[in-house]
Amino acid sequence: MAKSVKIYSTSTCPWCMRVKQFLNENNINFENYDVSSDQTKAEEMIQKSGQMGVPVLDIEGEIIVGFDKDRIKQALGI
Amino acid sequence: MYDLVIIGAGPAGITAGVYAARKKLNTLVITEDIGGQTAWSGEIENYTGYQFITGPDLAQKFEEHMKQYNLTLKEGEGVEQIKKTGDAITVKTKKGSYEARTIVIASGKRTRELGVPGEKEFKNKGLTYCATCDAPLFSGKDVAVIGGGNSALDAALQLMSIANKIYLININAQLGGDAIMREKAMESKLVTVYNNSQVTAVRGEKMVSGIKVRKEGKEELLAVEGIFVEIGLIPNTDFAADLEKNKLEEIKVNSNNETNIPGIFAAGDVTDVPEKQIIIAAGEGAKAALSAFKYLARHKF
Repeated sequence: MAKSVKIYSTSTCPWCMRVKQFLNENNINFENYDVSSDQTKAEEMIQKSGQMGVPVLDIEGEIIVGFDKDRIKQALGI
Repeated sequence: MYDLVIIGAGPAGITAGVYAARKKLNTLVITEDIGGQTAWSGEIENYTGYQFITGPDLAQKFEEHMKQYNLTLKEGEGVEQIKKTGDAITVKTKKGSYEARTIVIASGKRTRELGVPGEKEFKNKGLTYCATCDAPLFSGKDVAVIGGGNSALDAALQLMSIANKIYLININAQLGGDAIMREKAMESKLVTVYNNSQVTAVRGEKMVSGIKVRKEGKEELLAVEGIFVEIGLIPNTDFAADLEKNKLEEIKVNSNNETNIPGIFAAGDVTDVPEKQIIIAAGEGAKAALSAFKYLARHKF
């Protein structure tokens, strides 16, 4: 069963692109929220992660801030 | 014993890797991340062959190119010390120790920090080093940009269409950077420039709520929810104590990328080479690898 993966990102952020590239390479499906245009999701991201930096990943409830490859791999079990 | 250890995998380190692999050198690449500053650049329009490419895309092309070859790669590993004893050079990292005949240092630069109370605490809690990434989150808010060069002006210009009020805090008497950008920032009603001003502390509870600034001996607390630190870069040379550097802490190299220690070469933004550009770093990386190859051939170890 594939894990639920959400990304909170902005369209201009290079690290967000890197995260998405990485997930695509590994054939992981994800839902992307653009927090620069979606204020509700921006607040949800700040509340979940306690901070304002993008990208933020929510992998089955585990919150990862930034393009932390090792933690992302671990959370996804890949 | 490796023929060559490359420290760093930005444009300089990766290109050095490609050249070393094609010369069949037994090569190890040790790096914290792949792509270096290129990976977090926005839009690139001056790398020959690409009229337009994003930083992450170009970084990925670099990575794919390097991984075509048979190189050993240690990613997520920071170098702590390099030391030459006799003909062998030891590279110590947090995870291990490696020996090589030659080294190419291509460890690049990192963002300079303010070094004031509250900075670490509020990192990503309103304080950010990546305006391109995080600016859209400060819609309608009062913010401060720290710095007076092109990257600070660029951040201020990006924020002009997003924020409510922008304080530009500049330590020098006048703003630097390109005239076009400077004029755009100064013409904007949203931007207030504080020259001769130094940040002394970052304030807040859960998130940033203000910044303390000292101007001509007087301290002032500006109420801001966002702080964008854009005060330049510093070379990653902490591990290279024995190498000669210039006053910017960049490693001194000659036109063959040789440092003051035979067998240790350096390339890219970590060096004193004029102009810090992706394409220049890549070219310097190629030169450094070829110099290392010639050094190995000359010494017949």
